[in-house]
Amino acid sequence: MKAIEIENLNKIYNNRVQALSDVSFYVSEGEVFGLVGPDGGGKSTIFNILATLLLPTSGQASVLSRDVVNDAKIIRQLIGYLPGVFSLYPDLTVEENLIFFATMYKSRIKDNLPLIRPIWKQLVPFKDRRAGKLSGGMKQKLALCCALIHKPALLLLDEPTTGVDPVSRAEFWDILTNIQKQGITVLVSTPYMDEATRCDRIALIQEGKIIKIDTPTNIMEAYRGFLYTIKVENVFSVMEKLKEIDFPCNYYPYGQELHIAFYEVPEIVLQKFCSFLREQNIKFEELSPIQPTIEDCFIELVKLK
Amino acid sequence: MYSIVVENLIKKYNHFVAVDNISFKVKRGEIFGFLGANGAGKTTTIKMLCGLLQPTSGNATVAGYDLKKDYKSIKKNIGYMSQRFSLYEDLTLYENMQLFGTVYGIPRKILKERIYESLDSLQMTEKANSLVYSIPLGWKQKLAFATAMLHHPQIVFLDEPTSGVDPIVRREFWNMLYETANKGVTIFVTTHYMDEAEYCEKISMMSDGQLKLIGTPSELKSKMNVDSIAELFQKIVNR
Repeated sequence: MKAIEIENLNKIYNNRVQALSDVSFYVSEGEVFGLVGPDGGGKSTIFNILATLLLPTSGQASVLSRDVVNDAKIIRQLIGYLPGVFSLYPDLTVEENLIFFATMYKSRIKDNLPLIRPIWKQLVPFKDRRAGKLSGGMKQKLALCCALIHKPALLLLDEPTTGVDPVSRAEFWDILTNIQKQGITVLVSTPYMDEATRCDRIALIQEGKIIKIDTPTNIMEAYRGFLYTIKVENVFSVMEKLKEIDFPCNYYPYGQELHIAFYEVPEIVLQKFCSFLREQNIKFEELSPIQPTIEDCFIELVKLK
Repeated sequence: MYSIVVENLIKKYNHFVAVDNISFKVKRGEIFGFLGANGAGKTTTIKMLCGLLQPTSGNATVAGYDLKKDYKSIKKNIGYMSQRFSLYEDLTLYENMQLFGTVYGIPRKILKERIYESLDSLQMTEKANSLVYSIPLGWKQKLAFATAMLHHPQIVFLDEPTSGVDPIVRREFWNMLYETANKGVTIFVTTHYMDEAEYCEKISMMSDGQLKLIGTPSELKSKMNVDSIAELFQKIVNR
């Protein structure tokens, strides 16, 4: 069974901005599927169409076997949706927000409390605080509780971790794994490439087009170059000097390291590369081959497009 | 020579201590990464340093001006770029820069030159008369940074400038910061990307209103016996 099916979806805003170009993918029941890519790539447009808040320009989309255009009202009762912008009531308290959403979906908090308990526990100390006064991470946790309180069959999470600190982000993903165990299908979007590996399958998306769909492992294995890393003292000054290099390779800073992708037999280019560094008086520790991350894959797919 | 000197800065909201007695210095021309968990007090601190919020006690000098007495001069001598909505989507690139440049009191003739100079180095001259909403997010963030720099501030404050930006443009953005710092401009930046924290000359970490750590990334990593800033962050925040 498929929880979501999308075929050749197009969305053009105001007759001129093409937000989605022929997007097709499916999400199986029980899967955590990630839409991974930068902001402005069309992720929120897909969510808005699936949540029946926006009509597609052309193409088909169905959610839990119902059509997003004809069966909008039924779909709305079945899904939980966490929008990309904070959409709770800032003037209601944490608890009031949860009661409000439970009531809107005609469900009772106590029936589904076990589902949200691990997250709700962290919110209890703030339950009388107004939602608008919560920190970013806490706001997202409350929004997740509100999206889950009617135990939806499908959870749509549009950038739940944007602007959230790395520790809270990891916590959030642990929560998602638990939700999946309850049999709930999750479609989630993120601009953070490191979160991709927490999904069963991902679609890399940029400028309204899907550039790759697969499991994170398969995407990383399909990497075409030979990827190496070196530690240098100042990545950006080294980057400047590397502009002089006269053979094809792709290099970019990666934290304290520099990643270099070669597209020829690495043994030969590697020597050339090292002698170039020495000529330029660049101090470096050894070059070592590494497995690409999803971020490396994204960079490769976009640069070699 | 320091661009920012903070001494025993405290900000309380009723009984809640948002910033709890922090002290630090930022050198001129340094890229200073201001890290911390959500709700740790980063935004409150930045607001104080920009002269938008008065501290409960303690003091700071920013660009040589006293936070309590001279906060109006601080505003004129710093640049500020927020995470989003810093530009007007329905104005053109040129109009946005003209608006902000005029607010900062740059004479019209000089402003025009600076705008074109700046658009030129961004390779966006052709888009000068396009509306901002029509350009990609990464471009917008580069443009917002250039706009914050039009009045040639000594310090620029950047609050999560690369949030949601694609991995290639994120790196180009940091290259811009690096070049700007090399010209002697102090960069005060917050980020939730831990790889970006590694690009800073100095970083600090805030948790529960307190400044837990400050130093160069390599100093702190060896001191705390971790391999990356990401690990360091986890250690500090979980404490």
